[in-house]
Amino acid sequence: MTSTNPAPEQGEITPGNPADSPEEIAVRTGASAELMANSVGEYVRIWLKQIRSGESGALPVIIGLIVIVIFFQIKSSHFLSAGNLVNLMTQAAFIITLGMAEVFVLLLGEIDLAAGFTAACGAVIALYLVAKNYPWWVAILACLAATGAYGAVQGFIITRLRLPSFVVTLAGYLFLSGALLFLIDSTGPIGNGGVIRLNSNVLNDIEAGALSATASWIVMIALVLLAGAMMYLRDHRRRSNGLVAPPLSVTLLKVAAIAVAGIVVVLVGNSNRGTLFLAVRGLPWVVLVVLGILVVYTTLLGRTRFGRYIYAIGGNAEAARRAGVNTNRIKVAAFALCGLTAGITGIIYSSYLGSISSGVNGGQNVLNAVAAAVIGGTSLFGGRGKMLDALLGGLVVGVIANGLQLLGLSAPSQLMWTALVLVAAVTVDALTRRGRSTV
Amino acid sequence: MDGPLLQLRGIGKNFGPVQALSGIDLDIPAGQVTALVGDNGAGKSTLIKTISGIWEPSHGEIIWQGQRAHFKTPRDATDAGIATVYQDLALCDNLDIVQNMLLGHEVRHGLLLDEVTMETTAKQTLSDLRVTTVRNIRQTVGSLSGGQRQAVAVAKAVMLDAKLVIMDEPTAALGVSQTALVLDLIGRLARRGIGVMLISHNLVDVFQVADRLAVLYLGGLVSTGPVSEYDTASAVDLMTTGASRRTGQADNGARIPDSGREG
Repeated sequence: MTSTNPAPEQGEITPGNPADSPEEIAVRTGASAELMANSVGEYVRIWLKQIRSGESGALPVIIGLIVIVIFFQIKSSHFLSAGNLVNLMTQAAFIITLGMAEVFVLLLGEIDLAAGFTAACGAVIALYLVAKNYPWWVAILACLAATGAYGAVQGFIITRLRLPSFVVTLAGYLFLSGALLFLIDSTGPIGNGGVIRLNSNVLNDIEAGALSATASWIVMIALVLLAGAMMYLRDHRRRSNGLVAPPLSVTLLKVAAIAVAGIVVVLVGNSNRGTLFLAVRGLPWVVLVVLGILVVYTTLLGRTRFGRYIYAIGGNAEAARRAGVNTNRIKVAAFALCGLTAGITGIIYSSYLGSISSGVNGGQNVLNAVAAAVIGGTSLFGGRGKMLDALLGGLVVGVIANGLQLLGLSAPSQLMWTALVLVAAVTVDALTRRGRSTV
Repeated sequence: MDGPLLQLRGIGKNFGPVQALSGIDLDIPAGQVTALVGDNGAGKSTLIKTISGIWEPSHGEIIWQGQRAHFKTPRDATDAGIATVYQDLALCDNLDIVQNMLLGHEVRHGLLLDEVTMETTAKQTLSDLRVTTVRNIRQTVGSLSGGQRQAVAVAKAVMLDAKLVIMDEPTAALGVSQTALVLDLIGRLARRGIGVMLISHNLVDVFQVADRLAVLYLGGLVSTGPVSEYDTASAVDLMTTGASRRTGQADNGARIPDSGREG
């Protein structure tokens, strides 16, 4: 029947039905709103419709975060004080980076239960080396090399022997929790009493140090300008090649949103949180470290072939294999990156504590990290998620811990509240996804 | 090029003592649609898997563009220009159309992906194939209809410069209008000079789009020829019994009407 139909004019991909509004089409097809809209108003309308139909993106977790923040601020006026917010940033940092580590493997539909102890063991290596008077950067490199290699070994076992990552990394969890005790024990007097103190000003300053107020502003302005320039150049290149690009107004709005977030963070960081006699100002270094990792990893996942293959394997491993992707190699690399990022986490964590001890709860840390990624919107079943999810979800987990501490509630209620939020997040995700499948 | 695109000479395939295929001699010409039909278990899937490099034949030889070919892996066959669009389509639902079409063949600008070039290429291929029902090629493949997904899978094969596209039951799961879309696409592939091998149960589709017919019965090729030499009754006879009194008689009066063949 169609073979007799005159084929439509060659060229622009056209809608099936000219009567369809861009909103209807965007909702029906799951296309990103920014490539469908011609103006800000249209963009917002499409976006709202997509949210209603289940393509919610980062919105639920941001709304959830705001609700939790308001709740804690009502309960305790200290919550939104500069001092506490800076505290929050330093507390949440290691959950966020460990969550980013998990995103690499969660995207494949895998999991790394050992990452919490990978981090702890990496920290032991780094802290031992600085205690032995090696330079801080040697300590960091050795830590990352060891944790990255450990991740690769896990990945190798999982892919070559075709074992489930859950079991392999569960074994890794047990092994490394033993290795942690063994390593600290083997350091002799350095690890006296099961605690290795952090003997490096540089590493200590990751969490304890801060940029000067001026430097904070300069860095944040540079970051915002850089992000804006990159978005503009990308749109410009698309437009000049005849492809659809988001309207300039939408891009400007996004840059403005990033700028506002940056300004708020710097204002908080720069307000005096010290005592009457000793002023403490400036953005903690760890904020920059986390943002830097976020930018690098987001680029890796979104803009490189490696990242594309991770999503492809998570979506349909057989399709990736048939397309010529060496799925085993990509998986091993993802587990290695997960281990390496756990190593970074170990350094941030020990910088936060000022030491590393045999009592690190690597199990709870890793589960918090997985929870952070999932709360942020990363799927446990692979193929869906972003590095930003770990940041947003990590902030939620961090805010709950911080807020309940502030209210004087202890560990038991912190854990139970985090659990409830996790269930709520997964429920929201499941419901929106059900909405999507019926569209 | 002179001569057929692909020649199968005495192809046989054993799985232990089980002989799944034996003595298949078949020519697949370029620019035509060859339909491979047969009942369940006749060996259609075994044959296309042999051609597409999933496994090697036990006997016989594959001659590809005049040269003896040994496809040890699917990748070998793909690199030679044989693209197989399987029933499960091998698409990643979480990736968009462009990402799926260029999966495994991404264009890079330094270390980073060159999205603009990839999107332009994909868009061009789709519009060459007149795949115009897709509104936005940045939508995820999971949001597409069955026919659109099939079109994306075919466009992916075409973009990799496939000279022979093997399609396994492309219309099996599709409704009427989606089927029409895919059949239309198959015809267009052949008119671009690409050889198409179509595996289908649906004789209506086969007679609508195929130029040649090859009938498998119990692992052997029982009949092959231009589609005009068959009608539904003789094809069914051949598929179910391996013989038909009416085979090869182009002038018998029981031919199906020419509906849909005029395109």
